Amino acid sequence: MVDTKVTLCGIEMDNPVIPASGTFGYGYEFAEIYDINILGTFSFKGTTKEPRFGNPTPRIAECTAGMINAVGLQNPGVDKVISEELPRMKKCFHKKVMANISGFAVEEYVHCAELLDKCEEVGWLEINVSCPNVHGGGMSFGTVPENAAEVTRAVKEKTTKPVIIKLSPNVTDIVAIAKACEEAGADGISLINTLLGMRINLKTGKPIIANKMGGFSGAAIFPVAVRMVYQVANAVKIPVVGIGGVEKAEDVIEMMMAGATAVEVGAANLVNPYACRDIIADLPRVMEKYRISTLRDIIGSAK
Amino acid sequence: MKQGFFEIIENTPLTKDVYRMRLSGDTSAITAPGQFVNIKLDGLYLRRPISVCDAEENVLTILYKVVGKGTAQMAEMKEGTLDVLTGLGNGYDTSVSGDAPLLLGGGVGVPPMFMLCKKLITEGRKVRVVLGFNTKDEIFYEEEFRALGAEVEVTTVDGSYGTKGFVTDALGKEYSYFYTCGPEPMLKAVFGATKTEGQLSFEERMGCGFGACMGCSCKTIYGNKRICKEGPVLRKEEILW
Repeated sequence: MVDTKVTLCGIEMDNPVIPASGTFGYGYEFAEIYDINILGTFSFKGTTKEPRFGNPTPRIAECTAGMINAVGLQNPGVDKVISEELPRMKKCFHKKVMANISGFAVEEYVHCAELLDKCEEVGWLEINVSCPNVHGGGMSFGTVPENAAEVTRAVKEKTTKPVIIKLSPNVTDIVAIAKACEEAGADGISLINTLLGMRINLKTGKPIIANKMGGFSGAAIFPVAVRMVYQVANAVKIPVVGIGGVEKAEDVIEMMMAGATAVEVGAANLVNPYACRDIIADLPRVMEKYRISTLRDIIGSAK
Repeated sequence: MKQGFFEIIENTPLTKDVYRMRLSGDTSAITAPGQFVNIKLDGLYLRRPISVCDAEENVLTILYKVVGKGTAQMAEMKEGTLDVLTGLGNGYDTSVSGDAPLLLGGGVGVPPMFMLCKKLITEGRKVRVVLGFNTKDEIFYEEEFRALGAEVEVTTVDGSYGTKGFVTDALGKEYSYFYTCGPEPMLKAVFGATKTEGQLSFEERMGCGFGACMGCSCKTIYGNKRICKEGPVLRKEEILW
């Protein structure tokens, strides 16, 4: 018997597999087709202070080995997430869930963190700092170390739950930003969010996506994610959650060898709704193949 | 939603670029006309959503037009197995059709009308179908609808066959309700020209096709809806253009 358990910021998980925010809703579309309690946990749809419709459509574009999305953080707002979505989620998911929070000003992150801190079913807060800061000239919080640190510090003051900062890869020095978050009190770092991308329709000569640009994800970004996870994991002492292009059990192991304590699966869920179930089912076989008896032992083993 | 592995049993052109594919597999998740399936194709990342033309026991029929890489790849297939998610979307509600519903299909909006027509006729309705195409060479399924027992009228934009003009030029006077599927300008015209309540099926670029990614959202008077989950069929009264 292999041991797939990992501990992420003090919370033990049966396995390191976490559907990534924005690819799993609040879980119940997937609960229709498999028991989602097999998951390590999942990160629910990005939550903001106010309800958001998001961007105009088209929001999706096909790419080689991936896709671009520009959904624009559509969500019903934190109040409805707590009053409607979480009670519904609780019926199909009985483990601690990861609450993903976004904001366009520090006070919006703080507002959501304070409210979600009171929810018993929430285990971790995952803070998405890839959104533009409306008070900072639209520059994303996650692209400037001081701004990422400011959000981290402000959220940490309002919660006792572990705070994981989700970083954007669209930066020149990912290590500097990760370190700034660690120094500001972050309990973990998750990365990478999507890479900024664009596609043009040759027939119309115009961008496919109404928002013109969007976030590129899928298998194609896996090597970029492994590299950034490796860089960050070697620079910080707090746990790292690896995200980006993970599709199979082998990818989970590779991410963990690069330094990830847990691994999020994003776009793969959209193409194969059983992706996480299949990865979890396959993990013991792949562990045995590579003579891994205890999964947590390989975290950061690639030097 | 159900994942199924379907065997291709037929894949034949009906016109220059519209094909009929018949697939054998488990169709039990398809519960209403107007639903769609989402097909995984080799070498392409996202699945391709295609409306259901008919679902019989263990046989799924789809009609598709070659418009891009995915459908071009499908047109080349002779045999093999396809990974298909079935039972997606809400589909049409036939319980409100009244005695004499009017079905309006335009171009690749025609296929979902077939299963709908079949169901309405089984339920004892007197169905009139208007099929709209650009030109005579693009017409498909006129006789198939007639064989179901529907009154069928064809319109062509260039007048090369049937009534010259759009489906809205052949609405007629007597209908209890309408159902439609077609390109958005057609839906808009139908919305404006029809006198009764009705249901309209919309198209949007999708990520997952089953409600997870929020890629295909639209605003309605009842709030935000996902075309893939609470759609693709919307009621006339809830549509915000």
